[in-house]
Amino acid sequence: MHISEGVLSAPVLITGAALAAVGISVGLKKMDYEKIPHVAVLSSAFFVASLIHVPIGPSNAHLIINGINGLLLGWLCFPSILVALALQALLFQYGGITVLGINTVIMALPALICYYLFGGLVNRKRGLLSLASAFGCGFLAVFFSGILVALCLVFTEKSFISVAKLIVLAHLPVMIIEGIITLFCVAFLARVKPELLGGLS
Amino acid sequence: MIEEQFSTGESFVHGLDPRIKIVVAIPFSVVVAVSSSFLALFAALAMSLFLLVLTRLSARKVFYRLLLVNGLILFLWLLIPFTFKGEALFTIGPLVGTKEGVLYASRITLKCNAILLAMIALLATMPVFTLGHAMSQLHFPDKIIHLFLFTYRYIHVISQEYHRLVNAMKIRGFIARTNIHTYRSYAYLVGMLLVKSYDRAERVYKAMLCRGFSGKYYTLSQFSIKRGDIVYLALMSAAILGLVILQWSAIA
Repeated sequence: MHISEGVLSAPVLITGAALAAVGISVGLKKMDYEKIPHVAVLSSAFFVASLIHVPIGPSNAHLIINGINGLLLGWLCFPSILVALALQALLFQYGGITVLGINTVIMALPALICYYLFGGLVNRKRGLLSLASAFGCGFLAVFFSGILVALCLVFTEKSFISVAKLIVLAHLPVMIIEGIITLFCVAFLARVKPELLGGLS
Repeated sequence: MIEEQFSTGESFVHGLDPRIKIVVAIPFSVVVAVSSSFLALFAALAMSLFLLVLTRLSARKVFYRLLLVNGLILFLWLLIPFTFKGEALFTIGPLVGTKEGVLYASRITLKCNAILLAMIALLATMPVFTLGHAMSQLHFPDKIIHLFLFTYRYIHVISQEYHRLVNAMKIRGFIARTNIHTYRSYAYLVGMLLVKSYDRAERVYKAMLCRGFSGKYYTLSQFSIKRGDIVYLALMSAAILGLVILQWSAIA
């Protein structure tokens, strides 16, 4: 859910940059130099995975998977998502540099929230609670991102309220799909490599 | 799939010191992003187009790059004039388009294209590794730059891994449809990608330790400032100041 250049007002951009700076500095403190290869390779995996298109009815949507990002990385998701967004802006001109801060907050803050909400729950022995948490994680990560986009738009210009509501509604199918994919992905990781779900930090 | 299309070239802009380009790109983007005067925005767009012409990049490739973003802007054009409150300008059926809406959508279009064209002309015309080293010399935070370069290095490797996995799925008759089987397959694909990436990261880290990695990263690049760089910096600073003045005088 990227906001492109030129849409948001200066106060929103500055707030976004400030919040992103806080999140990123906490993330950087928790990331030793030895962990950089791990975070970097996982970041590039998320980058590649976000290019995957998944069919939804007549059209398709590209995966966001910030829920799993948060689960695996915790606070490190802030630098990870910053780098992924910067590369998307440079390589595909998707996003931009003035909106880098606010886009990082939009993607990473929900990831962090879902990490704290569901991180402990998904680790339980595979049961209904673990599966439901995984679904909730994927669903809510996209949902909170949508809410943040809506807030940014409304704080920029009050008349954006209808556009904001439309964007959140339009992402409901995406939220469900992300929930489903997170559910299966977490189940897969729990069987194949449970240490990944313990978080890197 | 993932390639730097614009970073190779022989133009004046390609030969500029990368640090100068970064130092110019950031204030320009910020000034344009917060401007609202149409005079300033048109001037900014003209500047970006001028820079782009200097790079002598293929117009078709740049056009395709802008297509995606302008698609999103088109989507906003369909919504903003009809949802903004203000003085009515035109009607299409039951929908009323307002003057404020049209003006706002125009501003977004100008800003977005001006910033993106400048980004292509200034930042995409250098290899990503060069960008990383230039940022390091401009004293951006160390860890972020290393994370950035490392991630970029592995995007191509992981991308190949991804294609291998997708081909394996296709060979086994996978067709993407709107059903649970598809989503589960994609979920396993993502999971497999993460597992393989993590294992690779372990191997990379151990290989680095074997080669004497002690926790510190070094950059060996050297850039040199030429007279052309200084002239360019002076002209662009004056131009950006001009934009600020245009915007201020429009407000006052």
